Amino acid sequence: MPEAVKLNVGGAVNAALARCLEEMPETILYGEDVGKPGGVFGISRGLQKRFGDRVFDTPISETAMLGAAVGAASFGRRPIVEIMWIDFSLVALDQIVNQAANVRYVSEGRTTAPLTIRTQQGNSPGACAQHSQNLEALLLHIPGIRVCMPRTGQDAYDLVLSAVACEDPTVVIENRTLYAGAKEEVTIGGEILPIGGHRRRRDGDHATVVTWGSITTRVLDAVDRLAADGLTADVLEMVWLNPFDHSAVLESVRRTGRLLVVHEAARTGGFGAEVVARVVESGTVLLAPPRRLGLNDSRIPSAPQLAAALIPQTEQIASELREVIGWTHAGDGS
Amino acid sequence: MSESPVAVNDRLRDLHAMWRIRALEEKVRDLRLEELIVGSVHLSNGQESIAVAACSELRPQDALYATYRGHGWAVARGVPPRNILAELLARSTGVNGGRGGSAHFSAPEFGFHGENSIVGAGAPTAVGAALAARYDGSGRVAVSVFGDGAMNQGAVTEAMNFAAAFGLGVIFICENNRYSELTPINDMVANPDLSQRATALGIPAVRVDGNDLSQVRTAMSLSVASAAAGRGPSFIEAHTQRIVGHYIGDAEQYRPAGELDADMIVEPIARLARELETAGVGRHAIDRCEARARDEIERAASQALADPLVDPSTAKEHLYA
Ligand SMILES: Cc1ncc(C[n+]2csc(CCOP(=O)(O)OP(=O)(O)O)c2C)c(N)n1
Ligand SMILES: [Mg+2]
Repeated sequence: MPEAVKLNVGGAVNAALARCLEEMPETILYGEDVGKPGGVFGISRGLQKRFGDRVFDTPISETAMLGAAVGAASFGRRPIVEIMWIDFSLVALDQIVNQAANVRYVSEGRTTAPLTIRTQQGNSPGACAQHSQNLEALLLHIPGIRVCMPRTGQDAYDLVLSAVACEDPTVVIENRTLYAGAKEEVTIGGEILPIGGHRRRRDGDHATVVTWGSITTRVLDAVDRLAADGLTADVLEMVWLNPFDHSAVLESVRRTGRLLVVHEAARTGGFGAEVVARVVESGTVLLAPPRRLGLNDSRIPSAPQLAAALIPQTEQIASELREVIGWTHAGDGS
Repeated sequence: MSESPVAVNDRLRDLHAMWRIRALEEKVRDLRLEELIVGSVHLSNGQESIAVAACSELRPQDALYATYRGHGWAVARGVPPRNILAELLARSTGVNGGRGGSAHFSAPEFGFHGENSIVGAGAPTAVGAALAARYDGSGRVAVSVFGDGAMNQGAVTEAMNFAAAFGLGVIFICENNRYSELTPINDMVANPDLSQRATALGIPAVRVDGNDLSQVRTAMSLSVASAAAGRGPSFIEAHTQRIVGHYIGDAEQYRPAGELDADMIVEPIARLARELETAGVGRHAIDRCEARARDEIERAASQALADPLVDPSTAKEHLYA
């Protein structure tokens, strides 16, 4: 029975994991410090007590953790593995790219890898270059892997469930700066949604802003600032990046004629490029050149004021959006 | 007691060297709690003896690779505390101008080739420093420092075998402080003798009491001599304890009752002070080691705090040649 409870994002993930372990007896949950301590962010708190040896701590061995997930998944388990920072998944990329992604395809579906990797990414003040990256584009370049990126408590709850129920290897990318935020009303116990889809966060006429992850909050602040000048925009938060709801983007851009994509990941080779390319390929007539805003292609420095100079801030998003909305073709005479 | 004045002076020097690290770490903790430093900070309180003793055997041309728990190793290699603190405080005088921060700074001019925030990742890089030495005639010895937990990272085993197979001059120092973050190492291995992994790869390995400066020094001096003479890698498992959390803010709920009290007795600063007292050294001389270190760090912190913040317009400098 669905019920509304007050949870922060971390609590929502915890509730989703508890439900997975409760309702799907084939799930196992593990990672570094995940079992007894309940996770460095406290996300799996109480779960080992409740579910015993289906929840456990692992050595600092990401390759073994993810490889074991591929193997256990092919024998009927449904592993949920926490990789503490997405930066650490890089030491085990082989298990994701060469192993998990290939299992179903190469075996013609006779072997599958229904595993979920829960991780988190992004910069936070003072974080070092090896704890700050946004790497979704690496995963989105790998057909065979599903990827989602929740931001709100409700999405964190829903997406974890959809990911675990999904029959393919799925990466849920969370953001540590959101875990301990204010509690919000989250409906738990509802139907497990299929993967895919987006969230329409604002309705507007003058532009379409496509975004994902924690930077969505800045995008919404920026869009709300422009409202004072009578400028409005559609804001589509793409909680699922694979599958990606290109048709929702197209539908909106056809109406507004203007597109801005914002992500925290590096601009060059970021998934924003793919979003823009799909719109351009569709032949949709645009009133302004489409734009992308992301990390100003750099390593990420630890000093907060240096990082802030490289990662899009609310003010920069607002001015970029103003430019997209105000752009006119030379010679239009308007 | 009849200890020679030279021996006493050497030990007082060690005590002072350890206090410089302890005082720095305590200052870092205060600045972090005041939020003048932001982000994740890992302190090395309780592990100072390993850095002090190991670095005392190194020569300027040797290359040391540490982890995020690396402030003490940097101090022991001679990096000025002011520039370390400035780095953590995001000042332009920081060793990396604010790019590294607490967990990822380096000062190669002092043979401190960096902290690393990817567990185990420093080991293969250290192997490379020794590989280069094979061609450059520098006689450089490379040192890779990591924790007990890092032994379970594939990169460390690969690095050890690579060094062993080619006889490269790398010293692997495993600081076994019993925990990997919040999890006891003995829950994550079936064989608690981590040094046997090195032995199995053909690397001479020893286990030492890391709180005993002379044990670390002896192991280190043999290892340096062996590496410098082209006889290949060695492995030192140094048993130690961190007497603070894994990071600032760690609630340390994983510690069994009484563990920390026991650790506070054996930790190297308390231990050496006690030994000196037993040897008849006056309280004043012992206390001076701490006071001098605290004065120095206090001055370094004031200077760092007065230094200008990093300039955001430089954020993209040094990305490419
Ligand atoms: C590849 C990788 N996995 C996980 C982490 C997260 N992490 C940071 S420190 C740490 C524990 C390391 O323990 P140990 O090697 O014993 O060193 P100690 O912190 O005790 O000095 C972990 C798991 C990381 N930084 N890198
Ligand atoms: Mg340890």
